[in-house]
Amino acid sequence: MSVASHPVEAVALTGRALAPARGARIASACGLVGLVGVVLTVWLGLWVTPPDAYMGNLVRLLYIHPSMAWDAFLAYGVSFLASAAYLWPRTRDLRLDRVAGASAEAGVVFTGITLVTGSLWGRPTWGVWWTWDPLLTTTALLFVLYLGYLALRRLPGEPEVRARRSAIAALVAFIDVPIVYFSVSWWRSLHQGPTIQPGRSEVHGSMAWTLLLSFVAFSLVYVWMLAERYRLAGLQARDEVEGLADALAERRAEAGMSRAGEAS
Amino acid sequence: MPPAVVFIEAVVLAGRFPLLSGLSLEVATGEVVHLRGANGAGKTSLLRACAGLLPIASGRAEVLGHDLLVDRVSLRRAVGLLGHAGFHYEELSVRDNLRFALRASRAPLERAGPALERLGLTGRLLDTPVGACSAGQRRRLALAVLVARAPRLWLLDEPHAGLDAEARATVDALVAEARVGGATVLLASHELERAAAIADRSVEIAGGRVVPAATDSAEVGCDVA
Amino acid sequence: MWRDALLVAGKDLRVEWRSRVGLNQVVPFALAVLLLFGLALGPDAARLRAATSGLFWVTVLLAALLGVQRSFALESADRAGDGLRLSGLDAGGIFVGKAAALGFQLLVLEAVLALVAALLYGTPLEGVGVLAASCVLATAGLAAVGTFYGALAAGTRVRETLLPLLFFPVVAPVLLAATKAWSAALGRSGGGGVGWLALLAVFAAAYVAIGTVAFGPLLEDS
Repeated sequence: MSVASHPVEAVALTGRALAPARGARIASACGLVGLVGVVLTVWLGLWVTPPDAYMGNLVRLLYIHPSMAWDAFLAYGVSFLASAAYLWPRTRDLRLDRVAGASAEAGVVFTGITLVTGSLWGRPTWGVWWTWDPLLTTTALLFVLYLGYLALRRLPGEPEVRARRSAIAALVAFIDVPIVYFSVSWWRSLHQGPTIQPGRSEVHGSMAWTLLLSFVAFSLVYVWMLAERYRLAGLQARDEVEGLADALAERRAEAGMSRAGEAS
Repeated sequence: MPPAVVFIEAVVLAGRFPLLSGLSLEVATGEVVHLRGANGAGKTSLLRACAGLLPIASGRAEVLGHDLLVDRVSLRRAVGLLGHAGFHYEELSVRDNLRFALRASRAPLERAGPALERLGLTGRLLDTPVGACSAGQRRRLALAVLVARAPRLWLLDEPHAGLDAEARATVDALVAEARVGGATVLLASHELERAAAIADRSVEIAGGRVVPAATDSAEVGCDVA
Repeated sequence: MWRDALLVAGKDLRVEWRSRVGLNQVVPFALAVLLLFGLALGPDAARLRAATSGLFWVTVLLAALLGVQRSFALESADRAGDGLRLSGLDAGGIFVGKAAALGFQLLVLEAVLALVAALLYGTPLEGVGVLAASCVLATAGLAAVGTFYGALAAGTRVRETLLPLLFFPVVAPVLLAATKAWSAALGRSGGGGVGWLALLAVFAAAYVAIGTVAFGPLLEDS
């Protein structure tokens, strides 16, 4: 077991090389700046920016809802790219699998927040908690699709097997997204139902800046969450590898035991 | 002739449990090797790994010249595994199961008849669904599939289990014939004397590895041989 | 590959012919679901008629789930799936074969269900060409996704619960498109039938292609 290209050994190496000081520092910096940005966004969004002519104070959801949705799609995009790269033989690496899993988890959290804030926003502006808008419907389906993906990831198994299975599932889930979006939009356009448009509001001045800040701040928070979750997954993988060495030793020791049993 | 099976420090994992924990074994072409060991020692896992059913986590494993780390699929038509399960469809008849197995592995269908006869599967039994067959009859069917496929490497997991005296003698004869035909046989068995009588040598497996044979019983085996 | 696909499809259909699990269990189950929908939404005839296409396709989806589970239960009994792998069959062929057998059984089921739904909900079957075409295309998509996830879930210990969670969200577009195509054919909504058929065709083509390519690694993992 001395060849470094053994998968078992490779996991150990990547596990050890996982938290190089620089990467960790960058991630922490992202987190810090992001959190400061979030605090600023809250302050600007709740106190500094003016209420909207149409929506009044409800417009303040503008500083959280769109950036959450953006984060969710960004997270799924990263997860998809990492999965695709894992399946590509030349770039196959368990670290990519960890990125895919970590990003999908963040994506599910952001999707959940997007749906809740969207619903809170929709009730007073459109008069309904939910509407079968293409974007909304696609987001809700994405939410359940990726809950399924995470359930699949949580199943026990050999890391390589789990990684390949998850990557294939992620790809299959992801190509469903445009099909869903297209079909739902078309469905809506055919049914000339009461499509409810939010009152057109001008976004300018302090509002625009706050909106921009919210995007930057929450994106940085996403990067930080991703990095932390990835680091944790690396530590778990290292535990598994250390556990493996013990398991191998234990298994080999069975030989002595059975011999002793025969002798007695 | 290159060896039929070469395992070097092979590790096979089921989740985190090492089924094989660094097993090394070399089997020459045409050899009949008896695998011995307690329950859970890793005999079945070794046979399944040889059939390309289990992924090799580390080490080296070559079977009939196929590197199992690279490709576990291409060798499968050349090996035959008699496992604990029969790989049958309960709803299909004995004959249909055999015909499907032969078609799937691209073996000539004409071999079906003689193989069934050889294992004593005749008459009404041929049209009985496998689900309604006894354990011994299912075992005979699995053996008939193997005979008809005539693989280059026979992997037999407890081939005598559940068979009557006549069928057990047939198994011994089949192994001898396979060997004459140039095939290699790996056979896991707890029936030490019976297996020793048909094997060229025996290998002791414990804790997922090959261990040096406990001298006393090994010599008993040789004496019988 | 095609030869392997035919062989596997023939085997699956033969097993169904001998066991009649689909006929004796899945078909009655689907009929029961249609009745339950009637109880939930009826007895208002207009409402039932308006909902016919949706109820029909939800029922088909539920039955398809059972079909997938049955299709892979066959392979796990007596480890027959290992037998398939051991015989060196082409993985893409196994996928196409199992999906084809499943799709064929679903089509038969749909024919029965369509007649019963028409009777129960008082909906005359019009535009039979579009109805049949959408059945064929939607079933191809359902069978492909179902076979793919069936194999994925079959290797795990939680297959009964995992399969529906993975299967239903992905086939949401099939439900939508097939329902709309049916509504258009039955004259319940204005046009668009052919467009929905095209969408079903794209879905089916995408998943048949992916399944054929990705089935090998999936099969080897279980």
